[in-house]
Amino acid sequence: MNAETALTRVGLWFLIMLAAAGAALAAADSGFAAHAWIIAILGFVMIWMSASRFDPMGRAQGFFKMPDGPSRYDDDPIRWGVIATMFWGLAGLLAGVFIAAQLAFPQLNFEPYLNFGRVRPLHTSAVIFAFGGNALLATSFYVVQRTCRTQLAFPTLARFVFWGYQLFIVLAATGYLLGVTQSKEYAEPEWYVDLWLTIVWVAYFIVFVGTLAKRKEPHIYVANWFYLAFIVTVAMLHIVNNLAMPVSLLGAKSYSAFAGVQDALTQWWYGHNAVGFFLTAGFLAMMYYFVPKQAERPVYSYRLSIIHFWSLIFLYIWAGPHHLHYTALPDWAQTLGMVFSIMLWMPSWGGMINGLMTLNGAWDKVRTDPIIRMMVMALAFYGMSTFEGPMLSIKSVNSLSHYTDWTIGHVHSGALGWNGMITFACVYFLVPRLWKRERMYSLRMINWHFWLATIGIVFYAASMWVAGIMQGLMWREYGPDGYLVWSFADSVSAMFPMYVTRAVGGLLYLSGALIMSYNIWMTLAGKQRAEAPLKDAAYDPEKDRPIVSQPSAVPAE
Amino acid sequence: MANKRVDEPTGTETVGHEWDGIEELDTPLPRWWLWTFYLTIIFAIGYVIAYPAWPMIDRATAGVLGWSSRGDLAEDMSAAEMARSGVREQLARVSIERLPEDSALMQQAVAGGAAAFRVNCVQCHGSGAAGSQELGYPNLNDDDWLWGGDLKAIEYTLVHGIRQAGDDETRTSVMPPFAGAFDSAQLDALTDHVLALSGKANANALGAQLYADNCAACHGSGGEGDRALGAPTLNDAIWLRGSSREAIKRQILQPRMGMMPKWEGRLDPVTIKMLAAYVHSLGGGEDFVEVAEDPEVEVDEQP
Repeated sequence: MNAETALTRVGLWFLIMLAAAGAALAAADSGFAAHAWIIAILGFVMIWMSASRFDPMGRAQGFFKMPDGPSRYDDDPIRWGVIATMFWGLAGLLAGVFIAAQLAFPQLNFEPYLNFGRVRPLHTSAVIFAFGGNALLATSFYVVQRTCRTQLAFPTLARFVFWGYQLFIVLAATGYLLGVTQSKEYAEPEWYVDLWLTIVWVAYFIVFVGTLAKRKEPHIYVANWFYLAFIVTVAMLHIVNNLAMPVSLLGAKSYSAFAGVQDALTQWWYGHNAVGFFLTAGFLAMMYYFVPKQAERPVYSYRLSIIHFWSLIFLYIWAGPHHLHYTALPDWAQTLGMVFSIMLWMPSWGGMINGLMTLNGAWDKVRTDPIIRMMVMALAFYGMSTFEGPMLSIKSVNSLSHYTDWTIGHVHSGALGWNGMITFACVYFLVPRLWKRERMYSLRMINWHFWLATIGIVFYAASMWVAGIMQGLMWREYGPDGYLVWSFADSVSAMFPMYVTRAVGGLLYLSGALIMSYNIWMTLAGKQRAEAPLKDAAYDPEKDRPIVSQPSAVPAE
Repeated sequence: MANKRVDEPTGTETVGHEWDGIEELDTPLPRWWLWTFYLTIIFAIGYVIAYPAWPMIDRATAGVLGWSSRGDLAEDMSAAEMARSGVREQLARVSIERLPEDSALMQQAVAGGAAAFRVNCVQCHGSGAAGSQELGYPNLNDDDWLWGGDLKAIEYTLVHGIRQAGDDETRTSVMPPFAGAFDSAQLDALTDHVLALSGKANANALGAQLYADNCAACHGSGGEGDRALGAPTLNDAIWLRGSSREAIKRQILQPRMGMMPKWEGRLDPVTIKMLAAYVHSLGGGEDFVEVAEDPEVEVDEQP
């Protein structure tokens, strides 16, 4: 870098630092001031980096032992994405275990920064947007390059997308703990953070579409359809749901463009499709590349992938009103939310079928390959929760399940089972390839991770099903004298054992992720654990027969 | 396409594309999948005909079943209402003093009161009606009553509330703050005397004198309290705001006094009657004979 560019850069970052410090000093509230200081500090670090030979990136790359030198594909942002996925994943799971413990033991609410109301959005955003989002960023950049046989279209912009997204996460997370929120579930960050995410997301769209445009393949692979649907729809959802007017340009507070039931409907149109396009379409894209790669089998059905893609994205967008059954939302909108959710069942299952049946001819790998095992478990949980979802959207079922922990159980069987497991599997696939290692440090640790996570999910989902159905039944139980039998507080105290069980399940899931982190760390260090290979079960054809000592009698004619 | 080949393990032909080693099979849609998809669509069509669904210019289609969530709720509520109406009519006719004579009706009233209590009262008095010493919400299970514990007195408290602004008949009392009135030795002596009333400390002459001069007018010379004034009993083991020295001193210097909203107008008279019956049944309910010994409370002639 020559002196002139360095000087321009320093000047630019100096201006940013100055503007941020000015905004911090003039800020209308402490949350906005804290965020402005974060930007000012960032500006200072960037000045330092540009002006001196201080190079934290180079050091960090050394720390994470990233291979340097040219490679066929632009993998540097993907390696960072994998590390960010693991880091935010651990943070999000830890926050989850913490709030699960808070529900069982309310004494753990530490006011004001660590009370349930602030840590809960920290948990949801950390696992969905930080863990899931980084997994999607990293895998989409990986998959689009390989299936288009080309490099990322705008390498600098791609790096901006990654680091800009991390800044969004930091601003969102610190905002939650400082009490900055617009109180929209899964869209809590305030207007200025939303604007920043919009910029980053548009850059993401440009990089992705640019890469598709310069592809060397005649066709666009199915995984990329799903990634594109995810990127485009999330942009639309994010922009519309966050339309708001700030009270002051130097303050955090804003007012939504929508009010009342319109606001509720917009919010759940957003919220449901965040599940639909972030956690379903985006992760199906991961599935469509990594399952066939790991299984080394062709995708089960091209036709199914077309039909289920288009039916999924067409139907999903209408299903949001099922979050507002039996509310002020007009009956007709509730009906439409319900019927579109029911029609969504088979389109969702199309992805499961295509994933599972891709293993035709390679089912034996479930015994020997723990990564395949994770993928199969992910698809099984995907199938289960996409059946449960339409079922819960049926109004008579919803009248029992709504507002109970059944919903929490449903969400987590999807999030831990499907999103978590498929992400872990993809990261296990990616790490040796990105760091140019022969294999992961330990396959047996992956197996341990698989079982800890699976048992953790069983604890979690089962306890929440029991808890939710119990709550629903207690709330509606009338005695023979014609009066409600339980007060709300009775149902809360009845939940205690289930809350403890849930926290234990979360702890098991977190410990699996800790084992994974160790495994990845050792892989990065270039080590391979000396261990016995995962073997097939011993097979003795002699013993493979019915348990009868004598040939059975000839049946009477 | 030229690159089509038959996949050996499945015997299915590929489509002929290939991306980074991934091929796709040309498997037809699974029939069960397709037919289940069609079935859900048919169900959806049937459902939107039967129920409110399509938004039109003025309003949405009502659906051939004529169902609406408001109508559904009204139906449920009126069914529940009907089931209870007999009991409610009987309760409306009987005066609260005569309620215990009909033990079946009393039982119904207690059940209804329990339900109303869970909705309206647990927020302060707690789901077990044990109150909160820290916050000064009375325990309703014990034998101590600030304003009287027979059915009629409880009903009166429910109807008019305690220190309810805007109700001339509300239960009201004021304990004056004594901050600045005593030096610390006097305060200690007085606190000792108050504790001594229930045998928790040794009596002392200074405290007794201070008590007689300042407190006995309302709380009684022996600390027996006065329900007509709502002055708490000080000579028993039950303490509304704690029995520690600090708690007693705080209450002498800067007394905190609770407030209970009036329920007249918020709840119907029958529900209030049922609540009175329920609170009466919790363990401390008094009957009218005992009450008659206390001249301040309206005497009922019932045996």
